[in-house]
Parts: sequence; C-alpha cells; structure tokens
Amino acid sequence: MTAIALGTRPARTTGFAAARRRAALHWIAVHATAVAAALFFLLPFAFVFLTSVMTDRQALTADWWPQHWQWSNYAKVFQTPGFLTWWRNTLVYAGLGTLLTVVSSLPVAYALARFDFRGRNLALMAVVAMMMLPPQVTIIPMYLFWAKQLHLSGTLWPLIIPMACGDAFTIFLLRQFLLTIPREYLEAARVDGCGELRTLLRVVLPMAKPAVLAVALFQFFYCWNDYFGPQIYASENEGAWTLSYGLESFKGAHHTNWNLEMAATLLVMAPVILLFFFAQKAFIEGVTLTGVKG
Amino acid sequence: MTTAATKFATPPALRRKRRRAGLRTFAFLSPWLVGFAVFFAYPLVSTVYFSFMKYDGFSAPVFTGLKNWTYVFEHYPFFWQGLRNTLWLVLVMVSLRVVFGLGIGILITKVKTGAGFFRTAFYLPYLAPPVAATTAFAFLLNPGTGPVNHFLGALGLPQPGWFTDPDWSKPALSLLAVWGIGDLMVIFMAALLDVPREQYEAAELDGATAWHKFRYVTLPNISPIVMFAVVTGVIQTMQYYTQAIVAGKVASGVIGGSGQQFEPGYPHGSTWTLPQMVYNLGFQRFDTGSACVVALILFALSMAFTSLLLRRRAGFLSSED
Repeated sequence: MTAIALGTRPARTTGFAAARRRAALHWIAVHATAVAAALFFLLPFAFVFLTSVMTDRQALTADWWPQHWQWSNYAKVFQTPGFLTWWRNTLVYAGLGTLLTVVSSLPVAYALARFDFRGRNLALMAVVAMMMLPPQVTIIPMYLFWAKQLHLSGTLWPLIIPMACGDAFTIFLLRQFLLTIPREYLEAARVDGCGELRTLLRVVLPMAKPAVLAVALFQFFYCWNDYFGPQIYASENEGAWTLSYGLESFKGAHHTNWNLEMAATLLVMAPVILLFFFAQKAFIEGVTLTGVKG
Repeated sequence: MTTAATKFATPPALRRKRRRAGLRTFAFLSPWLVGFAVFFAYPLVSTVYFSFMKYDGFSAPVFTGLKNWTYVFEHYPFFWQGLRNTLWLVLVMVSLRVVFGLGIGILITKVKTGAGFFRTAFYLPYLAPPVAATTAFAFLLNPGTGPVNHFLGALGLPQPGWFTDPDWSKPALSLLAVWGIGDLMVIFMAALLDVPREQYEAAELDGATAWHKFRYVTLPNISPIVMFAVVTGVIQTMQYYTQAIVAGKVASGVIGGSGQQFEPGYPHGSTWTLPQMVYNLGFQRFDTGSACVVALILFALSMAFTSLLLRRRAGFLSSED
C-alpha cells in the first residue's frame, strides 16, 4: 500500500496489483468450485424433500417443484401400519446396543492401553481382525446358534446381546484415545490408593468423556443404519423390523408412489442428522479437550 | 533396607502381585474374551466345518468333502460374475472416492469464506443411512421421472437407465459412493493441515508451480493417508452389501413382505458381491455348506488386505510409550 501511496515505483505497484488480482481470481475460483460441490452434495436432499410433499398424481410426473405442498404425506407415513413399531424397535436396538457396547468396551480398551501383559499385541491384532471382519463371514453358525439353539429369530436380541461383549471398533478407538492420557495421572491415582477400577471410573472416564461420546455416537449410527442384521434375524416378523429394514418395503406397500417413499426416507435420515448437529459441539469440544494442559 | 532381606522377601510377594495383576487384566478383558470366543473363534471354526458338509438347515449335516467348493467355483452361476463386479468396484469406485475425497479435502482447506457451511455441506451425505441414501438415489436416478435424467435430457445428453441397466448399475453405485465422501474428506483435511508450512514456503522460493507443490510437497507428506484410504476402501468394497442389494430391490420393484423372493444382483447379475452370495446361498437357497465356502473366501480376502494395512502402517498399533 505504501508503494501505491508514494507512487514512486510504478513497476512494483503493477506487480502488487497483479498479485492482488491473482489473489482475487484465486478466491473466486476456489469459492465457485466450493459452491458447485455444495450443490452436488445438497441437491439430492432438496429433490427428495420437494418430492416428499407432492401429491400422488404429481409424484408420477417429472416435475420437480410441488404444485400443492401436501404436508399430510408425512402424517400418512406415520399412519402406515408398523411404522411406529419400527421406530420404537430402532430406538431400542440403537439405544440399548450403544449403552452395552460402551460399558463393555471401556474396560477392555483401558486394559489394552495401560496394562502390561503378555499377548497384548496379539490381542490387539485380534481386535483389528474382528474390526475388519464383515458380519457375513460368521453369519451361518451365528444364525444357527440364535435361531436353532436359543429360538430368538424374529427378534432383535441376537443383535443386541453380543454388544455386551464389546465391539472391536469401539475398543480400538477408545484405546487410541486412552493412550493420549499421560501416565502421570494414573500413577498419581495409584499413589492415592485407587484400585484400577476406581482409577478408570474416577480419573480416566471424566477425561475420556468426549471420546466416549464420540464412540457412542458411532455405535448409535451403526445400529440405526444396520440393514443386514435385521434382515437376517427380524425379517420373518414384521413386529421386529427396524426403520432401515422397513424402509424398502414402503414402496411396495404404497404401490410405487415416490412421494411417500421420499417422506419416509427423510424421516429415517432426520434423526441421525439432527443428532449430529446437536453433538457437533461435543465433538469439537472433545477434540480441543484432548489438547488441554494438566 | 537390607539388600539381603529384600532379596529373600520379594519373590513370594512379587509372585502374589503378579498373580493379582494377571487376574485384574483378565477381569478387564473378560467381556471381549467371551465375545472373541463365542462370536468370532467358534463361528469361524464352525464355518470351516460346514464348508465340508451338506446341510439344508433341517436334516442332519452330511460330510461331502470338497463338493461345496467345486460347486461354488464351477457351478454357482454368480461367483465369478460377483468377483468381476467386485474388481470393477475396487478399480473404479475406490479410485473415484480417493481422488474425489482428496480434491474435496484440498478444496476445504482453501475455502476462506463460509468454511463452516461448506464443511457441513460436504460431510452431510456421509451421515445419511445407507438404506435411505440408496433409496433416495434410486428415485433421483430412476429413468422415468428422476430429476437427473430430466436434466440430462434438457441438455440433450443421453439418459442412461442407471440402476435398471446392467452397464450403468455400477456407475450409479459409484456415484452414490462418491456422494458420501465425508469420511475421506475429514481424514484428508487433517492430513493436509499437518503438512509443514515451511516446505511450501521453500518450494515457493524455488519458484514451484501449484502442480509442483502438490506433486513434490503435498503428496509425499500425505501418502500414508492415501494408502490407508485405498486399503480400507478395498476392504469396504469387498464387503459391499447394503447399497447393492437395496438398489436392486428398489429399482426392480420386487419388494415383498419378507423380501425372500428377491434374488440379488439386479439387473442381470451386475451388482452381485460376495456378501450377497452368502445371503443368497445360506438364506434363500438353504445351501449352508456353499454359503460357508463363500464366507471363507470373503474372510481370506478381508484378512489379506487387513494384514496389508497393519504392515503398511507400522504406527497403526504402536503404543506411545
């Protein structure tokens, strides 16, 4: 700016102006690309929403803007036989599953992060192997076990009960986080005469709260989104379906009307997205908390 | 303290302490040890056992040697087609996701105005439940009334059948996968912000172009993360299930109560993947033995790539101290 004001060195001035112009062009290019990308990511939601409030007749056309905003479609979705039951089942599966997973995984993660014992690396490798294992690999014996031995097919219990035995992904993530807690805190607790369980609950858990919240959310999302599990164990009993499993039957039940199908689709997406918005702050706090000085 | 006394006093005390520590470790690990035995080790062994048995789920299993294995490799009509589909998805879908995810990651680190809005917008589709996202795309891409083909038609471009056309079903699934890129964006963004700024400044002093800076500074720094994204992408793709089966169901319109009558792979087997074969053989054809054969192949492939992941990222498992 001084160069411009003094006006003594024209060559430098034009160079400066050119740099500014280049910066402005760069800004425009970056933000135009960002807007285009945002349209790619958000337009599908917009089209789904617009179709969800169309009349049955208009939903059969290629129109994309609704003539009459038929909000009653949403009421109709809720009145679909079973929809509220699927909603309840999903909440039970996701809520109970998340609780069991976190409670059972935390001590395992703590042991893997902080105890010295023979075979620790082997145990860790086994956790990673379980993490990468698709459920289809073990589904045949598992189904025979739950259905033929325990007669629990047609319920969601075969999906919920195993979560009391820890979840590999949760264990792995929690362990990674617990490694970042300085050993001095644990030593201090030990000197004060805390047992390991007390240390875990009184010292480690408060520090790990953001990480626990994060893995709880991941697990909640996993249960909410699970399709294969309910398909295998619950498909025979409509009273045990979850939203993710019931959604695809919607179109059949309503004879291919996209408007109701899209309303139901948004209703399945909404809780997960709302939960994310509420927890986003906690996520960020969690990340910043890890950087807090003792 | 007299050294002699401690020397003689410690062994029993130490042993007691060790035993207590061992019990404590065992107690903390116990939920997972049960889970490992009951939900991992036992079913794996059992899967191997059933892969040599003829069993329909009702009458007693009968030993058949390698019959199930030869059936899957030579007679099950979808096996090789499913593997080819998986290879296609690994080559195209994974590459697209990594390249596009990196691009979006770079873009988000350059955005100055409205960064929070853009970050949320780019991340949001990743949160959409797979069944809901797939159903939404089955609508968006439906050849009759879908907005995408409507738009393509208005531009005078060809309007593919997407999920209803065997040549276009995998591209349609890839589009869906690229839409949900949020996970990769986040890990690439973190990696990009970790690249030391001095390296860029040094490159600028040497008069490096934007491409050179990317090629010689950015890429070498983030290559472990790129590798991680590729390997996890390959693992996820071999296990690709929900999107493929739901897209087939919704697009074909074959939807009934329990959904048992829908055979995956629609259209014309173009969306078969290994996990769907386990479902098809085990739960639709009641051929438990052959289902276990496919399950074991899926297991071997998954573990092969997982070990690659463990070796590539030595720090993946490292303790910090």
